[in-house]
This record gives sequence, C-alpha cells and structure tokens, in this order.
Amino acid sequence: MHHNYQKQIDKLRENFLTLGSLVEDRVRKACSAFNSSDQADLDMVIRSDYEIDEMEVEIEEECLKILALYQPVAKDLRYIIALIKINSEVERIGDYAVKIAMRVKFISEHGNQVFPMDYRPMAEKVIAMLKMSLDALVDKDAELAHQIFLLDDEVDTMRDQAYDIIKAQLRKQPDHAGSLLNGYLVARHLERIADRATNIAEEVIYMVHGDIVRGEHN
Amino acid sequence: MVEKKSQLISVDDRKTVGQQFVENPRMTCRDVNVYYGDKHAVHDVSIDIARNEVLAMIGPSGCGKSTFLRCLNRMNDTIDICRVTGEITLDDNDIYAKNIDIVSLRALVGMVFQKPNPFPKSIYDNVAYGPTIHGLTESKSDLDGIVENSLVKAGLWDEVKDRLDQPGTGLSGGQQQRLCIARAIAVEPELILMDEPCSALDPIATAKIEELIAELREQYTIVIVTHNMQQAARVSQRTAYFHLGDLIEVGYTDRLFTTPRHQLTEDYITGRFG
Ligand SMILES: Nc1ncnc2c1ncn2[C@@H]1O[C@H](COP(=O)(O)OP(=O)(O)O)[C@@H](O)[C@H]1O
Ligand SMILES: [Mg+2]
Repeated sequence: MHHNYQKQIDKLRENFLTLGSLVEDRVRKACSAFNSSDQADLDMVIRSDYEIDEMEVEIEEECLKILALYQPVAKDLRYIIALIKINSEVERIGDYAVKIAMRVKFISEHGNQVFPMDYRPMAEKVIAMLKMSLDALVDKDAELAHQIFLLDDEVDTMRDQAYDIIKAQLRKQPDHAGSLLNGYLVARHLERIADRATNIAEEVIYMVHGDIVRGEHN
Repeated sequence: MVEKKSQLISVDDRKTVGQQFVENPRMTCRDVNVYYGDKHAVHDVSIDIARNEVLAMIGPSGCGKSTFLRCLNRMNDTIDICRVTGEITLDDNDIYAKNIDIVSLRALVGMVFQKPNPFPKSIYDNVAYGPTIHGLTESKSDLDGIVENSLVKAGLWDEVKDRLDQPGTGLSGGQQQRLCIARAIAVEPELILMDEPCSALDPIATAKIEELIAELREQYTIVIVTHNMQQAARVSQRTAYFHLGDLIEVGYTDRLFTTPRHQLTEDYITGRFG
C-alpha cells in the first residue's frame, strides 16, 4: 500500500511539474510578444488555454483520488491540500497569460510605436516570482517562499508606476487611449499573476510548517 | 527577517510533547510506570483526562496502550507479575489509595474490551447484574428502568426490547459490543475505557459504535485505544501517541493529524514507521 501511494504521489508531482512549466512558458510568450512582431505565439497562447484547463482538472482528480483511497495525514495531507489549491492558482495564472496575450495583440494591431513604457522588467520579475513559487513547492522550501512576499511589494510598486505613466500619456495622446488602456491592463494582469504566486508561496509555507500565513506578511 | 521554525522533535527525544495537561481534569496520571516482572512496559507517563472528552490512544502493537489503559481502573491488579507506580487520581481521589474499594472503582471507571464478552445470561440480566450487585436499585421497576435506560443510551433498545429474556450471546458482534457498553453504563460510571472496541466488528457495526461514542461523550468521559487511526481521528478530541512504552505526544486530534510535533508521531501516522 505504501509503495502504491508513493507511486501515485510521484505521478502527481510529475503532472504538476508539466502544468507548472507549461503555464510559465505561456506567460513568457504572452509578454515577450510585446517586443516582437511575432503573432504566432500570441495566437497559440490565446487558443490553447483549454490544455491548461484539462490538466488542472486531471491533477485535481488525482488529488481527490489520493485523498479518498489513502486518507493521508500530517505532511502527506498538507501536501495534497496545498497542491489542490496551488493547482487552481496555476490555472488562473494561465488565464492571465491569455488576457495579456489579447491586450498585447490589441496594442500591436493598433500601433505599439506610441507605447510609452517598457514592460520587460516587470514581466521578468513576475515570471521569476512564478518560477520561484513553483520551485519552492517542488523543493518544499519555505525560505524561498518567504522571499516571494518581498518581490510582490516591488511588483505592486511597478504597477503603480505604470498607472502614472499611462495616465500622463493619455493626456498627451488621447487618440491612442485604446492602446494605452490595454497597456495599463497588462501591468494589472502581471500584478495579479504576482499575487497568485504569492498565494502559492503561502500554501508552500503551510505545507512545510503547518502554519497558515495568509495575508500576514503584508 | 524570516524566522526559521523549529523542525520536528527528534526521534531520540522521548519527553512527552503537546497538550498532555488540561484544566479541571476528570482524571490525572503522574509519572506512571508499569512493570511486568523485570520488563518495564510503561515509562513515566503523565497525562490528564478531561471531562466529557474522548481521548484516543494510538501507537504500534506492544507500545503499552492496553497496559496503560488497565492502570486507570486497576485492572492490572489482576495480573500477578504486574507492578504499577506513580499517581492516578479520579476526581482528586488517589485510586491506588489503601481505602479504595476496587469493585466500586471499576463501576466508576467501566471497561469495554476488544472482544465483546457478554455473560452467558439473558440480555436483561447482562445489564441488570451490575446495578444489582452495587445496590443501585430498590425495586424491580427501578431495575427495569435502569436496564431500559442503559440499553437506550447504548443504542440497542429498539433492537432488543422484545427479546430481553434471550441470551446476550445470541446477538450479533456489534450488538454484543453495545450490550457490553450498556452493561458499563448501567452502574453509572464517570469514565468508560475501551480497548480496541471495534476491532472484531464489521464497518457498519463499527460506524454504530463510533456514533454511540460521540453521543456518550455528552455524559461520560471516554478513553479509547484503537489501532485504527481514522477512527481515532473521527471519534476523539485529543489523541495520545505511545511508542515503546513512552508517551511521545498528546495533541488536539485535528492538530495532531495535520501537524504533529514529534518525528515519531509523524512517522507512525503517515505509515513510515519501522
Ligand atoms: N500480562 C503480561 N505479562 C507480561 N508482559 C505483558 C503482559 N501484557 C503485556 N505485556 C507486555 O507489555 C508490553 C505492552 O503491551 P500492551 O500494553 O499489550 O501493548 P499494546 O496494547 O500497545 O499493544 C508488550 O511488550 C507486552 O508484551
Ligand atoms: Mg492492546
């Protein structure tokens, strides 16, 4: 029985890693298209979100099956509970990748030469947070999870800066309001991804220590 | 700064951790040691038993759960080579004091065993026996009342009310176990000790006993030994984990099964023991 249990856990971990890296890749593609004229990646991100949804469902079903069949306790229980929650956070991050791709597409179709700000540093920071949160989960590393909370504050600041820049630009180029607003929304979506990564970090800390830290780090 | 939390307590540390003491306990045990001849079976166990709680005792076979449980109503007195030291009180009275009447003590601290053991008598007599010898009744109608009431509380009345004169041994295993619980209840106990009461029962009979335990808790305090961890998790408010004669950890059950503090507890409940 214990052997079978370990096999199920290993399979679950593998499936989750696949989902995690897929979502990470989608976020990266959605953001990088901002600076290239390559539309193929954007269309792929927008069209194939269903793959992520399907994987999320599959992982959730595996988690439920393990709960029902093995009734894990203590750290085993905390792992499954954390994974169920993180799984849905990751799926939401996939949704944000789609939204970002749609905004970026809009901007590029309406002339991104007017665009007043560079999203790369923010996107990089957010992608780093996402990667760190998934690494923290896989390595059961609560210290790494704690570092994510600090980065989240930086991302919030970047979103506020984007707001100020776009607001100023709207006055100068009111006829480009559509692109500018979509640009602000990209910053907003990135900031939401960072929030989700922070939620993942909270779950990792729960999983490792059994402490529920929701919101306490703010 | 990130405060690094302490890890699980090491397997080498055998001092009891957790919520072993409570306020206003029904029973207290301090530095209890039990020996079978030279064999030291239970080591320095200190724990309180709260009022109206179900305390579950878990641990690998041979770790001393039954031995410790038997200390609580001096059942170990019946084993010649067994010696108990330390102090155990029930409502502030030392149960090992010289003036204690053991028969009354065993009524106050009733016991239900792994294998149902009804007397080879009628269902009625099984329940009526205790109140009669303890002089708890003045009349036949008193006794009828106690028998009915005990069977009702044990969740057995509806199943047996039309055949009270039939032998208790003719009941199903689960019914026999509830009859034994009725027998314990009939003498107005404060505490009921149960040593693996469901291990001979099927899942449905087990579920009935578990429900019964939840109801009985309103009136009694229950200490249950079980090798079934899900059962401990379902029925108890606190859980005590024993390991090779040591009381390793006592905790609120929900907490113990999600975040145990001792490595040995975690290894056992997650099935990594041994
Ligand atoms: N009557 C007895 N005589 C001698 N040794 C005993 C007796 N009963 C139990 N023991 C020993 O005491 C230890 C604890 O046993 P027990 O309390 O029955 O454990 P558990 O109930 O946790 O399985 C074991 O090593 C067991 O062999
Ligand atoms: Mg035993």
